[in-house]
Amino acid sequence: MSGPGDSWRLRESYTFDRHVIAEIHRAANTGVYRIRGWGAKRKMPILDDLVFLGASMSRYPLEGYRESCGTDLVIGEERAARPLRIDIPITIAGMSFGSLSAQAKEALGRGASAMGTSTTSGDGGMLPEEREHSSKLVYQYLPSRYGQNPDDLRRGDAIEVVVGQGAKPGGGGILLGQKVSERVAGMRTLPSGIDQRSACRHPDWTGPDDLQIKIHELREIVDWQVPIFVKIGAARPFYDTALAVKAGADAVVVDGLQGGTAATQDVFIEHVGIPTIAAIPEATRALQDLDVHRGSVKLIASGGIRSGADVAKALALGADAVSIGTAALIALGDNDPAYDDEYRKLGSAAGFWDDLQDGTDPAGIATQDPRLTARLDPVIGGRRLANYLQVLTMETQTIARACGKSHVSNLEPEDLAALTVEAAAMAQVPVAGTDWIPGARRKR
Amino acid sequence: MSTPHPVTTVDLAETPLRDLNRTLHQARQGSFRVLNPRGAHAVACGIDADIAVEVHGSVGYYCAGMHQKGSVYVDGNASTGLAENIMSGTVRISGSATMSAGATGHGGLVVIEGNAGARCGISLKGADIVVGGNVGHMSAFMAQAGNLVVLGDAGADLGDSVYEANLYVRGEVVSLGADATEKDMRAEHVRTVAGLLDAAGMEADPVDFKRYGSARNLYNFHIDDIDAEVARRAG
Repeated sequence: MSGPGDSWRLRESYTFDRHVIAEIHRAANTGVYRIRGWGAKRKMPILDDLVFLGASMSRYPLEGYRESCGTDLVIGEERAARPLRIDIPITIAGMSFGSLSAQAKEALGRGASAMGTSTTSGDGGMLPEEREHSSKLVYQYLPSRYGQNPDDLRRGDAIEVVVGQGAKPGGGGILLGQKVSERVAGMRTLPSGIDQRSACRHPDWTGPDDLQIKIHELREIVDWQVPIFVKIGAARPFYDTALAVKAGADAVVVDGLQGGTAATQDVFIEHVGIPTIAAIPEATRALQDLDVHRGSVKLIASGGIRSGADVAKALALGADAVSIGTAALIALGDNDPAYDDEYRKLGSAAGFWDDLQDGTDPAGIATQDPRLTARLDPVIGGRRLANYLQVLTMETQTIARACGKSHVSNLEPEDLAALTVEAAAMAQVPVAGTDWIPGARRKR
Repeated sequence: MSTPHPVTTVDLAETPLRDLNRTLHQARQGSFRVLNPRGAHAVACGIDADIAVEVHGSVGYYCAGMHQKGSVYVDGNASTGLAENIMSGTVRISGSATMSAGATGHGGLVVIEGNAGARCGISLKGADIVVGGNVGHMSAFMAQAGNLVVLGDAGADLGDSVYEANLYVRGEVVSLGADATEKDMRAEHVRTVAGLLDAAGMEADPVDFKRYGSARNLYNFHIDDIDAEVARRAG
């Protein structure tokens, strides 16, 4: 009897699939763990697992194209002489010069500025091109303290004390030698070409009590001019958020498991931390417990934000704003199919390439190779990013108006339902068509 | 000949810390005497001018943090993060400092006449630190550039994961950290130590010091390639 062929008799192991087998082969050949960029690729509950309920008989929508729907946000009004005022609730996450080219950093600044929002420095210090083209620049204060100096601290429009990030809560960054050019090495006070491993904890404080004193010192140095953020990787967001508030933060940035990185161990990216959909409600609950939610302390969520739907869902779950990194790089041209041939020469393909650490990015974004960086026009890149941010904002407003909100910050969990039990449990909203919230907490 | 500036006295028993630091940040020149710090944190942090500050009494965390250009002298002890991220100028204390003294300092000179606790000079990025007594464990952890001169002993794991900083110790070293090693004390290093001792006003013979630094074995990942070797053997 003729059959469909031998392939029908082949059954791939769920446990040892081809990807797993290839990774074991790679590990056996090299003796070093896999280092890559991007964020977690595994399947997990994400914001797509939520839907908005929209207006109905009991909810009155706003006219979708004409009625006002505010998007602005002010951070740090209570303590900073110069609070950070952004026009849209979408900011650009911290990404280092070193992991990114100077052209990419400039493009991020241009795009964010065009939309009246902030961009953020990164490990390795503040790049002059970035400062020049960013109307609002958040200066990161990182464990490595590469290039950290009081002049740049005072040049920042806010300071972000980085405790961790979603791709690697509890870990420090890696910048492989291919990307440690002379300029990058100079800014970090390191020898060129080394595989640079950033510190995972701050050198001069340990724990929340110390952090409170550290934040006080930073405020004193900048004469209480600008707000101070604390960024955490989503691991224990309820407690970390509460402790950040206690330490005196004006904003808490919670970065979920999907949050990207320029380079770290694959095992870290995929297996440490909790998803963004689970992190936002926990951080929100902490702010509500302390009676500062939608008040004196703002919540910025990041990790896997791609669309206005994601932005609106994050806000409905309690965030005041979101931060994007990976999506912003894609908007600049990362993984552009136009470079597919070159991605294939690198052993990947457009749409799959995650070797941000190797310094070979054909799009000229995650590289220090002048031949490649010349491909990214910062002006064009900035326009692309501004367009993308515009779309995110319009989509967010579209949903907010459909839910009857005159400001995107009025979105709330009551506007949401979940499509899966897991998402319902993590987001603490009902499974669609029911009033069932798995594991619903009583008020603590 | 310029006229000496009068000394401005600020008594922290009566004046809020905010007022002190604002005054120091606005000053472009002059001398300041700070009384009754009583262990306050962030005393004289963020100085960015050629001013001279004397603090009479012990201070808390981050005294002279992110210091630039001028000088700060503390007649007492200091808690965590003395002169953290110093960029230039001089910070000196007559007593001892607890953890992370001179952490991440990019330039300038930190002088501790007494002992320094754990992680002295952690992530040092070009500053010089001279300690009259001993330093605690994990000192110069991940130190990238600059010099740490210790007239006494060093605790466990000195220079763990150190990069290009030079660590000079006159006394005993309990143990060296990962990738740290003893290095030749050549004439240029003797001159460096002599210069730093002179700048710090400390008496010691520079030839009595041993130098430690990076073995540079951790600078790059060691990546095997068995497949390539198999291909070579196959001809």
